[in-house]
Amino acid sequence: MKAIWKEKAIKLMLFATASTSILIVIGIFVFVGKEAGHFAVEPGLKELLGSRWIPVSFQKESFGLLPLITGSLLVTALATALTIPFGVGAAVYIAELARPTEREILKPFIEILAGIPSVVIGFFGLVVLVPLIKSVFNLSTGLTALAGAVLLALMAIPTVVSISEDAIRSVPASYKAASLALGASKMQTIWKVTVPAALPGIVAAVMLGIGRVIGETMAVMMVTGNAAVITASPFDSVRTMTATIAAEMGEVAFGSIHYRALFCVGIVLLLATFGLNIIAQKFLKKYRMG
Amino acid sequence: MNEKAKKIVKKIFISAATLGIALMLISGCSRREGSAGSDQSLITIKGSDTMVHLASSWAETFMKQNPDIEVSVTGGGSGTGIAALLNGTTDICAASRKIKNKELQLALQKNIHPNEITVAKDGIAVVVNPDNPVGELTLEQLSRIFTDKSFRWNDVGGPDEPIIVLSRESSSGTYVFFQEMVLKKQDFMQDAKLMPATSAIIQSVSTDKLAIGYVGLGYALAAKDKVKIIAVKADDNSPAVMPSDQTVKSGQYPIARPLFMYLNGEAEGTVKKFIDFCLSTAGQAVVTETGYVAVR
Repeated sequence: MKAIWKEKAIKLMLFATASTSILIVIGIFVFVGKEAGHFAVEPGLKELLGSRWIPVSFQKESFGLLPLITGSLLVTALATALTIPFGVGAAVYIAELARPTEREILKPFIEILAGIPSVVIGFFGLVVLVPLIKSVFNLSTGLTALAGAVLLALMAIPTVVSISEDAIRSVPASYKAASLALGASKMQTIWKVTVPAALPGIVAAVMLGIGRVIGETMAVMMVTGNAAVITASPFDSVRTMTATIAAEMGEVAFGSIHYRALFCVGIVLLLATFGLNIIAQKFLKKYRMG
Repeated sequence: MNEKAKKIVKKIFISAATLGIALMLISGCSRREGSAGSDQSLITIKGSDTMVHLASSWAETFMKQNPDIEVSVTGGGSGTGIAALLNGTTDICAASRKIKNKELQLALQKNIHPNEITVAKDGIAVVVNPDNPVGELTLEQLSRIFTDKSFRWNDVGGPDEPIIVLSRESSSGTYVFFQEMVLKKQDFMQDAKLMPATSAIIQSVSTDKLAIGYVGLGYALAAKDKVKIIAVKADDNSPAVMPSDQTVKSGQYPIARPLFMYLNGEAEGTVKKFIDFCLSTAGQAVVTETGYVAVR
């Protein structure tokens, strides 16, 4: 009798630990939503639609989110464009073409890249990449959206490579054998059979990579210049949502309008990642069905 | 919802409640431990990031002399420090700006009486790339540089090139001070690049020929071989003054600010001992060592 109770108690405890993550997600939404809700009452959500973000001013403070949203979008889009060819290309090479010794050298190095703290990558960017971008593109300064995107791509590539490589390697050998038996060359087999078969895994890898890119803060903050301007040019400096929260949360007066505006930025970020996740799930489902 | 799903939801809520109670118990215990600070063998200092280095150097020297007293120093910004003083979670608040009227009113409502003590001074140096021919600027010119997008280096005797304006983040006390003192309360221009740390400004200025930035005097002097420090004129007719210990102390250098410590009411017991130490000869020697300017 006693043993059964003990077992039940242990089971309940394990269940509790497993369900904490759900509660934490709900808790985050409630808490962030509550603070942002105050902003919706005073001074109202219309304030967020402005095109100027000037949170500290002796004149008039403005909390327009547009420059921050466009900043995040620009950096993320550029980083994704850089990540996909490099990440997927590397994965195909490692999974299908590399000799065993090559693979043994390449894989650990790519994984080390994933483990480097983002502050260190940011500092590398500031010291090496920013001056490089400046001289290559002949700009007046290298503190640009492009610099941020390159660093983010560096951070996303390891995720994309290792997950897509797994996906490519798990394509059944019989598919490849059939393709080769029909007279297709090795390259034709890779691009027409193996990669399409692994596509759901590759899409998931890219989505996870983008997820990391949107949420990344420190490295971007160090190299994008953080000027809150609306631009579509990779050679302008931009201010991302994450950098704004990280830079301003420390000093902001508790309960002030600025404090609440930062929570509104947080909500926008949360919704963006949430939406991305839902899209990724739908994508995966569609491919699995087909 | 089917029976099974209902059961699972019920289970989640029960376990959540259990977990919540457990967490409450744990946090309750730790809070009781935390209040041990009030017996004054522990002093907490919280506030300005500019002053963290200074405050920890003071704390280190002080703890060597008084091994039975522990001093804990945290940053977070002047605003955070003042908030902590108002909430009673810190003994001393380090601030690189004066307490605002709003904060003072809030303090009085909470029956807290902020007591301001000037413990050191800090000069803010304007820095440019060593290759930049410009060597001195007036406050008026600096204000134009940081607010006016169309202002170029040739407007102040430099090459015909745009100016890359670097600033600290708006959370920095230095940002607010520079805005008030040099920009005369105007907004920074939207194109100004906001750097997350002083080291990032020094790094960018040392590689960017067209950049200009501002940093604390201590940092500027330490990076003397990487950046060029600008001599500042209060107006067209005044002499250009290089920032240094002497010129900040004497008030000749125009961009300087006092650094404060705020207490609740008069200093007593261990806190008084610590403040007295900071203002003593030994304490003020620490100020000079860490790159700030002594007040006594």
